[in-house]
Amino acid sequence: MISAQDLIEKITSAATCDDCIVVVKDKTQANLRWASSTLTTNGVITERNVTVIAFIAQDGGMAAGGVSRTDVHESDIPQLLEQAVAAAKAAGKAEDFAPLATNVSLGDWNGQHVPTGPEIFKDFAPALGDMFARSVSHDIELFGYAEHTHETTWIGSKGGMRLRKDSPVGRVEMTGKSHQRSRSTWSGIETRDFKNVSVADIDADVRQRLNWQAKKVDMPAGHYDTILPSGSVADLFTYMLWVSGARDAFEGQSVFSKPGGGTRVGEKLSNVGFQFFTDPNYAQLPAANFVATAVSSPFSSVFDNGQPIKHVDWIKDGVLQSLIQTRATAALTALDFTPLGENAIMSVDGGKGSLTDLISKVDDGLLLTTFWYIRMVDPNSLLLTGLTRDGVYHVKGGEVVGATNNFRWNDSPISALSRIAHASATEWTQPREWAGDVTNMAMPALVIKDFNMSTVSPGN
Amino acid sequence: MGVNKTIDADFLNLPLTAVSDAAISTATSAGASHVDVRVERTRTGLLALRDAKPETQSDETLAGVGVRVIVNGAWGFASSPEISVKVAQQLALTAVAMAKTSKPLSTQEISLVTEPVYAQKTWVSDYEIDPFSVSDGDKKDRLAQLSNSLLKSSNVNHTSAHAMYVKEQKHYADSYGTSTTQQRVRMQTQIEAISIGTGGFESMRTLAAPSGYGWEWMGNTHWNWDAEIEELPALLAEKVASPSVVPGRYDVLVHPSNLWLTIHESIGHATELDRAIGYEANYAGTSFATPDKLNTLKYGSSLMNVTGDRNTPHGLSTVGFDDEGVAAQQWDIIKDGILVGYQLDRRIAAAVNRDRSNGCAYSDSPAHVPIQRMPNVSLQPNPTGPTYDEMVSSMEDGIIIKGDKSWSIDMQRYNFQFTGQQFHRVKSGKIVGQLKDVAYQATTTDFWGSMKVVGGPSTYVLGGAFNCGKAQPGQVAAVSHGCPAAIFDKVNILNTVAEAGK
Repeated sequence: MISAQDLIEKITSAATCDDCIVVVKDKTQANLRWASSTLTTNGVITERNVTVIAFIAQDGGMAAGGVSRTDVHESDIPQLLEQAVAAAKAAGKAEDFAPLATNVSLGDWNGQHVPTGPEIFKDFAPALGDMFARSVSHDIELFGYAEHTHETTWIGSKGGMRLRKDSPVGRVEMTGKSHQRSRSTWSGIETRDFKNVSVADIDADVRQRLNWQAKKVDMPAGHYDTILPSGSVADLFTYMLWVSGARDAFEGQSVFSKPGGGTRVGEKLSNVGFQFFTDPNYAQLPAANFVATAVSSPFSSVFDNGQPIKHVDWIKDGVLQSLIQTRATAALTALDFTPLGENAIMSVDGGKGSLTDLISKVDDGLLLTTFWYIRMVDPNSLLLTGLTRDGVYHVKGGEVVGATNNFRWNDSPISALSRIAHASATEWTQPREWAGDVTNMAMPALVIKDFNMSTVSPGN
Repeated sequence: MGVNKTIDADFLNLPLTAVSDAAISTATSAGASHVDVRVERTRTGLLALRDAKPETQSDETLAGVGVRVIVNGAWGFASSPEISVKVAQQLALTAVAMAKTSKPLSTQEISLVTEPVYAQKTWVSDYEIDPFSVSDGDKKDRLAQLSNSLLKSSNVNHTSAHAMYVKEQKHYADSYGTSTTQQRVRMQTQIEAISIGTGGFESMRTLAAPSGYGWEWMGNTHWNWDAEIEELPALLAEKVASPSVVPGRYDVLVHPSNLWLTIHESIGHATELDRAIGYEANYAGTSFATPDKLNTLKYGSSLMNVTGDRNTPHGLSTVGFDDEGVAAQQWDIIKDGILVGYQLDRRIAAAVNRDRSNGCAYSDSPAHVPIQRMPNVSLQPNPTGPTYDEMVSSMEDGIIIKGDKSWSIDMQRYNFQFTGQQFHRVKSGKIVGQLKDVAYQATTTDFWGSMKVVGGPSTYVLGGAFNCGKAQPGQVAAVSHGCPAAIFDKVNILNTVAEAGK
């Protein structure tokens, strides 16, 4: 297969349009999946995605059109360029136009993609096999997934843009069930190289939580002080980020719209010293420091490729600071250009200790394991609905006293911001529902007062 | 324009048979007892207009080869975007090596049920106009015209229009001699009108379903777009001015444009046998409808008859043969309210000691393994049932729900909550206006048990979705659900503003 760099040079030098950006993504992945303590599927995957974006000057701005293919040969280049140019002409002058970056170089352009493969599992797989054997002898069934992916992105343009970034990311998810599947628990861990994955720790967590479920108490629907582990906080607030587009807010179509016009930037949303930001230099969550996008959307613009990403505060000291911007929406809304970064970090001033420390601070409430099936119900208030999954525990006097039923909940992360009772320290975490789609999150566990458990769910 | 029945020459010109033959012979020589190969190319176009101007445009082709093997009772899989004999041979060896690596973790032997061999079969879905043969400009112009019609109304402040069009081409071959080559097309268009008021914003979307049509879908023959768009601003204005629902129990007439999604979530997913036996327990979830309840579980009222199929014309799950070479078929899932069937692929059928698959294997990409995915799962109309108008007239006091919006259901498919696009209040058999802030919440078997009227064939509509998710790594599939309108007794209606504590 032709190298990404060669392909980009050939396409950009063949392009006769006013500018041309080529995005090449090379991805390798190895994965293992298991159920009932036996492997069910696996895979070794190589993928390539090549996007050619043609730009044509028009009425003081530019039109853009893109075409993507998985495997491009030299002979395909004229046709690809022709299709991209046709798409640009059909689209007309772009609403998200802003001058394209030229002659900008970031990242190790010439380096090759370093593929990952099944050898990443060389310590993990035998340990997993041992855990399977132990679980079978203790009547525990294991279900889960392990994946390691390495994606390299190159972005080159006719105007001299030469960008490259690498994203190695992996995870392990483990569901344990026992007692004819009447007990169920889950744990997840994010990793870059599987060196931080301890199967023994996962095993211990599964066993402790299944033991917690020996005593079961039915609890009714209602409002509860609820301990959200960091992964559930990640799931909940991911949704907030997804509705943080500046144009939607400015045009009256989001929870961040100000009644009567404009956005809620500058409004205090939280009762505590709440910080939510993105930062390419955050030590534990390395992320690209430039915009890299193959397609324009409400959140991103192909015209912004190569623009710097810096530290952005979305919420600082409880006050809404920024919304997700392209340069075009920044001009429209008269706010700073604050593009969406590749990590998200939350902290609460004074938050310290672990999830266990938070449990000790709750007199009477619920401890969740994960959220599931989160969907938007009312975009005006960002009311979300969802379920609890794989273990809800009754906490009394600072201790877990037993397991209870699952609930369907209806609540809003925006409203929850002003009901934070306690927070743990911030930790690198894995969301459950958006695992794999949303990575690079560091969140605290939170105690939210009066969380709305709308009905009991018999699901287990 | 006639129905297209030929597979594109530029797909047939790829070295399909040479690649699949090479992978099968290489893997067999390396010790595989089963080999299947897919050479695929899927082209997906997306056009999104905001206030009638382009916002998102993409045209993506995903092509490649996937090779799956069984060696000593363990799976191995490998894939690449390169379609060549040399790469196919390498993939075969990688898949065999992966199977050997996996063997120590595989405590259960993998086997597949035997199916008839279909050699050199071709199949093409029913469509007239390949959406990729229509110029980008013409596609944009149609969406812009429909958006601009809405924007002319003073009731509409903003619009959003999306069209997605897909052409999927697959060559499948296995070590038993089956080889199939297929092409199918599908389209989804949604147009939304948005009204901004002092108290927030409201929106209303077209009810047109995604479907297995080509660009002919965007004329007014199969769906009357112009008529629907003309009615939308007044309906939206009425919704904006309507009262917020008083929560409580109501009789509900669920229109097919909403009911398809309830079928999808509470029946479609619940009767996937791989889920029911635990294969998705870490991710998509399990099912309350476990195999021990087959032929005894009372799923719903005796009026309830549900089938699974992969051969409904224009169905999104419709194929000639599935991704394990099994011919498309139709079967019963629920008969007279009792659970009588499941969705199967060859591996799950073998795992539960059945003789045959019913053809539900699908993979969304050459990079992913085929798994059991949903066929078209449809609620059958009552052959002598009422018309839609007769159903409305029969309601003393209730709510009509049209169009899908928010959906959520638990991992065992018991507790669900749905909203919609339109909620019409019915009193003494007459529609008296709209309501807003409505959600309905129920437990699957209670809800289907409360189905007291099933509409006749004239109320039947094929709905569906492009974005059904399952498995890890995640796979997306398109699926249709046909259904009549139906009336449910005393359903729990929530007020979504009250749920938010306001």
